Amino acid sequence: MGNLDDASAGFEQSYVHSNGNGSVKSSTPISNGHIPNHTTFVEQRQKSDEQQQQNGEETEEQLLRLKELKFSAPAYTEIRTRSGGLNFKNAEEGSYHPANGHVEKSGKRSDKFKPSQADGILSAEQEHYQKTSFEDVPLHTACLTYLGFYLLMILGYINQLLFVPKVATEKARDGYVTLYDAFESFYSRYVYRRVRDCWNRPICSVPGDELILKDRVTDDYGWSFRFTGTETRCLNLGSYNYLGFASATGRCADESEQRAREKGLAYCSSRCELGNTQLHIDLERLTARYCGVEDAIVFGMGFATNALNLPALLGPKCLVVSDEKNHASIILGLRLSGATTKVFKHNSMKDLERVLRNGVCYGNPKDGGKPYKKILICVEGIFSMEGSIVRLPEIIALKKKYKAYLYLDEAHSVGSMGPNGRGVVDYFKADPKDVDILMGTFTKSFGSAGGYIAGTKKLIDYLRANSHAHCYAGSISPPIVQQIYTSMSIIMGDDGTNTGRNKIQQLARNTRYFRRRLAQIGVITYGHEDSPVVPMLVYLFSKIGAVIRTLTTRHIAVVGAGFPATPIMEGRIRFCLSAAHTKEQLDYALDVIDDVSENLGLKYSRKPRDPNPIEY
Amino acid sequence: MIGIQLFNEIGSIFRNTPTFALVLETLLLITVVWLLLHKRGGRRLTKEQQEYLIDQYEPEPLVGETDPEHPLLRTRLVQSKVGKRVVVDGHDCLNLASHNYLGFLEDNEILEEACKCLRKYGVGSCGPRGFYGTMDVHLDLEDRLANFMGLEEAIVYSYGFSTVASAIPAYAKRGDIIFVDEDVNFSIQKGLDASRSTIVYFKHNDAKDLERLLQEQEKRDIKNPKKAQKTRRFLVVEGIYMNTGELCPLPELVALRKQYKLRLFLDETISFGTLGSHGRGITEYLNVDRDEIDLISAGMEGSMATIGGFCVGSHFIAEHQRLSGLGYIFSASLPPMLTQAAISALDRFEREPQIFEQLQTLSQFVHNQFQGFTKLQLRGDKLSPVKHLYVAQARDNFETEAKLLAKVADKCIEKGVAVVQAAYLQDREHKPVRPSLRIAVNRLLTNDEVLEAFKLIESVSSEVL
Repeated sequence: MGNLDDASAGFEQSYVHSNGNGSVKSSTPISNGHIPNHTTFVEQRQKSDEQQQQNGEETEEQLLRLKELKFSAPAYTEIRTRSGGLNFKNAEEGSYHPANGHVEKSGKRSDKFKPSQADGILSAEQEHYQKTSFEDVPLHTACLTYLGFYLLMILGYINQLLFVPKVATEKARDGYVTLYDAFESFYSRYVYRRVRDCWNRPICSVPGDELILKDRVTDDYGWSFRFTGTETRCLNLGSYNYLGFASATGRCADESEQRAREKGLAYCSSRCELGNTQLHIDLERLTARYCGVEDAIVFGMGFATNALNLPALLGPKCLVVSDEKNHASIILGLRLSGATTKVFKHNSMKDLERVLRNGVCYGNPKDGGKPYKKILICVEGIFSMEGSIVRLPEIIALKKKYKAYLYLDEAHSVGSMGPNGRGVVDYFKADPKDVDILMGTFTKSFGSAGGYIAGTKKLIDYLRANSHAHCYAGSISPPIVQQIYTSMSIIMGDDGTNTGRNKIQQLARNTRYFRRRLAQIGVITYGHEDSPVVPMLVYLFSKIGAVIRTLTTRHIAVVGAGFPATPIMEGRIRFCLSAAHTKEQLDYALDVIDDVSENLGLKYSRKPRDPNPIEY
Repeated sequence: MIGIQLFNEIGSIFRNTPTFALVLETLLLITVVWLLLHKRGGRRLTKEQQEYLIDQYEPEPLVGETDPEHPLLRTRLVQSKVGKRVVVDGHDCLNLASHNYLGFLEDNEILEEACKCLRKYGVGSCGPRGFYGTMDVHLDLEDRLANFMGLEEAIVYSYGFSTVASAIPAYAKRGDIIFVDEDVNFSIQKGLDASRSTIVYFKHNDAKDLERLLQEQEKRDIKNPKKAQKTRRFLVVEGIYMNTGELCPLPELVALRKQYKLRLFLDETISFGTLGSHGRGITEYLNVDRDEIDLISAGMEGSMATIGGFCVGSHFIAEHQRLSGLGYIFSASLPPMLTQAAISALDRFEREPQIFEQLQTLSQFVHNQFQGFTKLQLRGDKLSPVKHLYVAQARDNFETEAKLLAKVADKCIEKGVAVVQAAYLQDREHKPVRPSLRIAVNRLLTNDEVLEAFKLIESVSSEVL
């Protein structure tokens, strides 16, 4: 993993928290490679109850937390390939101040912000290419990535040959056909295990702008983990908390708790039997109004919304044209439906048109070339791994031309896109009625759980009578529904404040700032400039682990994705931005990312860099 | 020189070959060339033809018309907290329909702990388990479940329906064979569909029929031993069947599993937390060693009165789902407060094992009473908290029966006993399911209340049927 430079100097990293009346400063010393034993850092955060400021600015909850966090276990080690400590020009740059963020969020600043919109000069295609970036990988990095991967595999195979794997073996099943595919178990044992500590990390706090990791260490190279009993507080760049509604205090939590006390935690029945309440009906009406369509239907799990409703809409004689980067739940739904599925290249309108044209002109080869009963285009609003945004206006034009239907999965985009937070339809100022099936989840922007499908009354009635989830699966829990209802009303401004609008603007501003600063740093990011999902390409499998571990030592929690979730070539780190992040938090993260990418050699981009400071 | 020799050689070949052979070979050559060119050209349509076809294409509407009288559109409205009593469509009723077997929906202790958890973690988890969606409550629940069942590993899903539907395709793949009881619930059927394996249905709870099918399979295996070596075999059954209320003959199935080297998956959605002296399910009740079963799955939407589901098994088996269970990896994790509710329910299981006996005694009482209907026929095991009531005198088709039962249910609700018809998507089930009223027993019901319900249902059903 490169040479660890133990000799490099330690640095003081400071966290300053303040509620405006006074500030408390605490610090934690972290050195490279080794974290000193028994060093503790005390954190204090002041909490003030949610206050409505006179100028209508966003209220901010500050948590009062007096917690001693022991930072004694070497749970996270930093990985450096180049010598030199973290060089911040001054202490201020290495810290973040929620108090200042408070000032930054004031009304004057928001006036300056303009939500992205098509200015009418460029064609949709030109605009898409201007705003979306998929920079090619440098050739030598590509070679290194493959070499690195093969090396990892070869080492794994040697390892498997030489040492008896320390895994659970099956008892009392001699003579049975082996349960697992050999490559699958090899991969998880000898490749994934090396970076296993970077995923499934347990947390013990609200997944808000910050989270608290439960530290764990491994004594046997990733086969098993042991908790150290310590906790690490991190800036959260991994959760899908786009609008910052994940919170244990405030209106959403209060109303959810009240609803739980009133209605209980569950209904122990499906909607069709004895699980239908006014609460569900109200939520459905609100969702329909939110999406700007006639009716909506809600389900208890986002994954199941796709997997269990697509089969109700499609049959074996239908054609589905699906984007190659669609989520696993869509793919499962299509598989269960038995429809013919054709895949088109990610966000390529040319390829989509080719597939549609072939579908219409040549018909169903399985059915002797008869025309397909119906053609459905399946796309996502924001593609969660690519950070790209669907080219909705062009797809709507194609859909009309070829008389296809459109299924739009807004799992990540609802709430996080558009001036009113109503998803990509709002962002592109398209007519929601042009999208036949609007699907989305409540897990992300609304800070709850579940999913919805919205559309015409005819469609929703059909789903009520045919959806698997509606008929068989449990009805959504009352506090979960209430969280969605309250957060949705806030976004829509039904509560009479512009908290929702401010959150949307804060997210859009955070997104642009973060993406531009990353481009300035010189790392390769994928996707659209307005997408709050920001994948940063690190390519090499080993670098995914290295970046995640190093960022954790600097108190930043991020998510990595590698093969098989992405192509072998495209290992990446994914940042998910949130309206809860302040400029100072982002600045802190960006400075650390700058330093880490310098050290680990992640500055692959060959694009010209903006020499001027990026304005927030 | 060599060139000329070669030329002469070729010339002699041509001269020596009989004419008919030459003609034949030339024809063959032409055919090959024609075929190649023809295929490449395909049924290529000109641009104009394509435009014409696109212009002419008329797809079917996205969805068909839905009958406004469709039974599934007519849902009832629950207007109160669900418990032993419930207000349905304005009528205060005794509840015989919610799957709240142990009465935990009304339990304030569980509610308080869940609310406390909400105050620590917020409502949603905002991420899948892999990406900071794992909270310490999830790990705690998994440990507790594994300990409770005496197995190595448990894995928690965020939706009851998706639990078994994700677990089956995590193991069974294309080319494998799954033997399944014909009356399994819809969630298992979807899991089977997703696995793309060969599905063999055996008669409901008929181990003999299963054995016959296994013997047939054995004969096929002898014919093709190479394929047999690669074919995994699974047996999927439910502890208590949602669709019939009957118990599976587990010891016989385990014996067959051993003999024919099958892997046994058991869905305990109803039997978990209801059967056995400690609520550990059908394995405890029938005294079957849990190691004999490869994977146990259960929903938490029944006796535990929360949302979600889980699978338990050996480390070797259950752990695999953390990388292959689609509903586990790609879905946001279970909201922490609902996870806490499950932990609190487990606390109650361990602290007050007498609740299971109470439930079982009551289920038996209900069973004995409900056998006495004149116009309705009871189905289900005496110990099962889920029982089905069918029309005693079978009608011509299921639709008529469904309409009659809907009438019975409506009238019962009007008069103060909530019973509902089991909802099925008849055309999507692998075989039509006979309509029934599904009774769910709640531990908190008293004998008097059961008798009262019996009298009411008896009078309504005699009147309607």
